[in-house]
Amino acid sequence: MEDSFVYEAKGPTLIIHLPKEFDHHNCRNLRYETDLLMAENYVSRIIFDFTRTRFMDSSGIGILLNRYKQMKAGHTSFYGACPQVMRVLKVAGILGLMHQYESKEEAIYSREV
Amino acid sequence: MEETGQTVQETQKVQAEQIGQNEQEGKNVGMPECETMELIMESRSENEEFARVVAAVFASRLDPTLEELDDIKTAVSEAVTNAVIHGYRGQEGKIYLSATAWEKERLLSVTVRDEGVGIRDVEQAMEPMFTTCPEDGRSGMGFSFMEAFMDRVEVVSAPGKGTSVTMKKKIGR
Repeated sequence: MEDSFVYEAKGPTLIIHLPKEFDHHNCRNLRYETDLLMAENYVSRIIFDFTRTRFMDSSGIGILLNRYKQMKAGHTSFYGACPQVMRVLKVAGILGLMHQYESKEEAIYSREV
Repeated sequence: MEETGQTVQETQKVQAEQIGQNEQEGKNVGMPECETMELIMESRSENEEFARVVAAVFASRLDPTLEELDDIKTAVSEAVTNAVIHGYRGQEGKIYLSATAWEKERLLSVTVRDEGVGIRDVEQAMEPMFTTCPEDGRSGMGFSFMEAFMDRVEVVSAPGKGTSVTMKKKIGR
């Protein structure tokens, strides 16, 4: 099972393609990798891509909240969440913090900041 | 460090009277038929996924909905992750996963036990957002998730004595 994240940059927008199983095991390197990336590049917006993700637990929420705190309010969003991920996002209160989009294109080109 | 002895913390979200009668797990004290499962594994982060998948497959005999299966997977993942990170602090140890299914009642009980450092203050540990390692980006929501996705969560722990988390869920509410 793949546990690598793929990063994609569109100007100052960073898209993080999350793994299939977004748990503690697969989170271990994400924080460090993203820290490095953000130290070397100007990132003003983060979009989380859940398209591949079939499972997430509170370890994943920890990652999301960490990045949320680093960005200005409204500058983190996500798309592609399956029912399990949506439930977890809801219980953790993430839906009140991050905007949800239908697709990557919508997330990138949305005027909403 | 003061020894606080055994602490038991219980939470009940739903009326758990009928669940309460099933306290004597696996022992046939007038209990209807049940099936059990036990698994011992190393406290490695790879086993978080293994454990939650095993628990879900075991639970499937109660014919749960996909949503109920997701709930069980999430709760078990939280408990096993706690054992790996907090119980054993990344050191090698054994994690004991056991489960009981009462088919007629459609009741599931899952226990995740470790022989790690234990918890000094269970009540505090179960507070939403409480974490002993915020600098690692831990959300502190593990126990809250277990409580949100299962009907009942019981934690037995003491410093140096390890931790046991038992979670119960009625299928088909």
